[in-house]
Amino acid sequence: MTAELACPLTAIPAPARPVAGGKAAALGELAAAGLPVPPGYVVTTAAFRRALAEIDPDETIPAAIERLSGDDPGALDAAAAQARHRILAAPVPDAVADAVTSCYLALGSPPVAVRSSATGEDSAAASFAGLADTYLWVQGTEAVTEHVRRCWASLYSAESVSYRRHQRLPEAGLAMAVVVQEMLEPRCSGVMFTRSPVTGDPSVIVVEASWGLGSALVSGDVTPDEFVVSKVTGQIVRRAVASKLRQHQRDPAGSGVLVAGVPPQRRDQPCLTDDEILALARLGRRVSDHYGCPQDIEWAAVDAGDGRAARLAVLQSRPETVWSRRQPAPAGQPRARPVDHVLDWLRGSR
Amino acid sequence: MEPAGSQRSFALPSQIEDVPGAEGWRSMYPYFTRFQPGDDKRFWFYNSMHFPEPMPAFDTVTAEIPYSAIGANTARVFVFPTTLGIEHRIVNGRVYITAIPVTDPAEVERRAGLFSERAGFYYQHWDELYEGWKTRIRGLIDEIEAITVPALDDVEDMAVVTESRGVAQNHYLRENFHKCIDLYSKMWHHHTEFLMLGYGAYVVFFEFCKKAFPEISEQTVARMVAGIDVVMYRPDDELKRLARLAVSSGLADEFPEGCDPDAVLTALAGRGEAGSAWLAEFDAIRLPWFHVSTGDGFYHHHLSWNDNLAVPFAALTRYVRQVQAGESLARPTAALVAERDRIAAEYRALLPSDAEREAFDQMLGLCRLVFPYVEDHKFYCEHWFTTRFFQQIRAFGELLAARGVLAEADDVFQLHHTEIDQALADVMLAWAAGSEPLGAAHLRPVIAERKRMLEVLRGWSPPPALGPVPEALNDPAVQMLWGITQQTIDSWYSQSTSGDDSEVRGYAASGGIAEGTARVLHDVNEIGQIRDGEILVCPVTAPSWGPVFGKIKAAVSDIGGTMSHAAIVAREYGMPAVVGTGAATKRIRTGQRVRVDGDRGVVTVLDD
Repeated sequence: MTAELACPLTAIPAPARPVAGGKAAALGELAAAGLPVPPGYVVTTAAFRRALAEIDPDETIPAAIERLSGDDPGALDAAAAQARHRILAAPVPDAVADAVTSCYLALGSPPVAVRSSATGEDSAAASFAGLADTYLWVQGTEAVTEHVRRCWASLYSAESVSYRRHQRLPEAGLAMAVVVQEMLEPRCSGVMFTRSPVTGDPSVIVVEASWGLGSALVSGDVTPDEFVVSKVTGQIVRRAVASKLRQHQRDPAGSGVLVAGVPPQRRDQPCLTDDEILALARLGRRVSDHYGCPQDIEWAAVDAGDGRAARLAVLQSRPETVWSRRQPAPAGQPRARPVDHVLDWLRGSR
Repeated sequence: MEPAGSQRSFALPSQIEDVPGAEGWRSMYPYFTRFQPGDDKRFWFYNSMHFPEPMPAFDTVTAEIPYSAIGANTARVFVFPTTLGIEHRIVNGRVYITAIPVTDPAEVERRAGLFSERAGFYYQHWDELYEGWKTRIRGLIDEIEAITVPALDDVEDMAVVTESRGVAQNHYLRENFHKCIDLYSKMWHHHTEFLMLGYGAYVVFFEFCKKAFPEISEQTVARMVAGIDVVMYRPDDELKRLARLAVSSGLADEFPEGCDPDAVLTALAGRGEAGSAWLAEFDAIRLPWFHVSTGDGFYHHHLSWNDNLAVPFAALTRYVRQVQAGESLARPTAALVAERDRIAAEYRALLPSDAEREAFDQMLGLCRLVFPYVEDHKFYCEHWFTTRFFQQIRAFGELLAARGVLAEADDVFQLHHTEIDQALADVMLAWAAGSEPLGAAHLRPVIAERKRMLEVLRGWSPPPALGPVPEALNDPAVQMLWGITQQTIDSWYSQSTSGDDSEVRGYAASGGIAEGTARVLHDVNEIGQIRDGEILVCPVTAPSWGPVFGKIKAAVSDIGGTMSHAAIVAREYGMPAVVGTGAATKRIRTGQRVRVDGDRGVVTVLDD
């Protein structure tokens, strides 16, 4: 019964998406494939439904919102706020709290990130939720349970509700899962593309990296180091070490992220060793091989101490879309005779 | 940067001033090698790949004859549609070249039809034609080896009478000399018979890979093409075999560092059966494998290993120590082949369509078809034949010295081959008349002056290019043979106009990064100056500088592409190399600390 309400990322029952939401399902898939995802668990949509059944047994929340057209932002905001208030004010059902707590204890009670994981097929809706509701460095059973509830409430953020109304999406039967995942304090983080985002070359992996948390790079706060690794030869074929002036790191005073200056002597240092770059590239290949198509991957590298290579983690992976949609001119066509290739080149080169 | 539309130009040929103290350089070279007024309108580049030093008068034959042969094959035999041949000029002792393009579209079309038929025939029958080629080249080698220089004895042999030969030996002085030149010319015709077709296959595959995989390095493309068991590795492989034999026969103590080859050979003769067995093996290997040149055969002083045993012995002693230390010197050929095939298979699999995979197979197949020629011809042509050619010319020099015309045999290389013709006529006449040749008084001062001028010219830094910067240089011949593209020219141009001396850019020929002390060598004879762990900076990296590669940390050259053998050797040794920098030997000084970035193709001077 407990497993139905919350389960480790490695043990999400199929089909994962309706149970765990898109984000947790994706992490679960990576974890199940043996890729190094930070350990964690998912509070399932069943847990959400159990809670909502107690909070809103007569389904007045969806009814109230569906009555509104979406042309009256004030009324919509008010209805959304009312829904959030009801979720945040109600106690979490004991069975759900027990499930959340037992998974958390099983994880070793570390500081965790708590994020919503929406089930909606529409990725834009999901990303609203995801953007709004990520809680970092949450620690302790009560705090975790509390933030799970906040994630639930985010289903009724003004932006999400407004978006659903504009898209005429149904309100009944909505559900939200929540991912609870061990926090990392990475030495550096970044993204990697298993196909060059610049040239579309499918034979290379491009790694971008900057000090601290990956949000520095994703938000554009810093120009990252860039390393290009050949998938075929395993060599680093190009490297551009940037001057990285800022880094995002844990705010020791709170649970947020702090933007800090990078000490001058570290700015121009590459934030990965060659061995780490190559290990990352191998990891990227495993991810893209798993999915069978080029991926954009968020990763982090945590110092292992004693000068050992960093421990690498995959935080997220999405299919590459830009080049995969294009239809570039073929690099060449078969010809009747070998000499035709040479002749084509001789003519074309002038 | 300058305003758009203005004509960018390197120095014009007519603006190049004579090097002070060597104003008489023109007397060394034929009239047809001089820049003409109209040449100012054309783009020329310094062929430092083949001619990194000022040309001794005789050595210009290594420009005259190859260009005569290569143009004949591209322009007249295979009828390349967009290019004719290559013209060369000499200024201040340096060889500049330019390719003559075909621009008229109708003419290109006409030539394309002929090319398709002719080149098509060669590609179609490549293996069979190449077998015939090897037979013909071996025949030319046999012929050049068989040439003798008449001894000009006091009285002719009795056989001349009994066989009524009717032709005295002084006749053969000129005939046999001409035979040397004629055979050299034939060798070059055969050399270039396959050359452009071979490189054409390479360039096409390179271009395809660059298009399909924009980030692929040229060295990776080269790895897909490369043969593993090529003749050019044989001399080095044979040295390794000799090293193993020395160790297994208990003779290693005869190979101390810096040993004198003659002393070693003498000592081995006194080491009983084991010593004799080793010497027998050594003698068997020398012919032909020690005919490998320490240069690339374009200068008379590019001696072969046989001419200068110190070169192979330097490597041999190192190999002996490595064998003693338990190192396996064997190249893991099976693993290298497997790796080459894996790389090709993986790139192939990454192609997006069946059509592209089929095109890839065709082009790679063509490369592998032509590969044996492209790699192996160097040993037969530039090394074995050319070594024998220069040895024969030197033998004529010895005769001229013995007859008092020259002060020493090697002075023969200070004369153009047509001048040697005259000196031989002088000797032929004198022998017949019973008088003394008149050449000494005439030639010795000329030769002394030429040697002096060459020393002066050595100090001149030739600009990498002359004349207007071309709007688009896509000459296939230039790209195939010299690896020079518009990008190269732009980089030369920006270097000629920028004041930044700390960075030199070229092709990333072999990956990795190394820092060390630079050793600038202008010529192969300075090879002995290199110290362990230094970074070699030279005009051109030649494969047969083999022994050096065991010592250095990285290699940098003025000219050369990623297909150059040096790049392959650097990759084999796993050391960074940047080639085709245009000016590394001028901008870097011996003793400077430099960083060679073989991944990006950049050499940085770290301090002075």
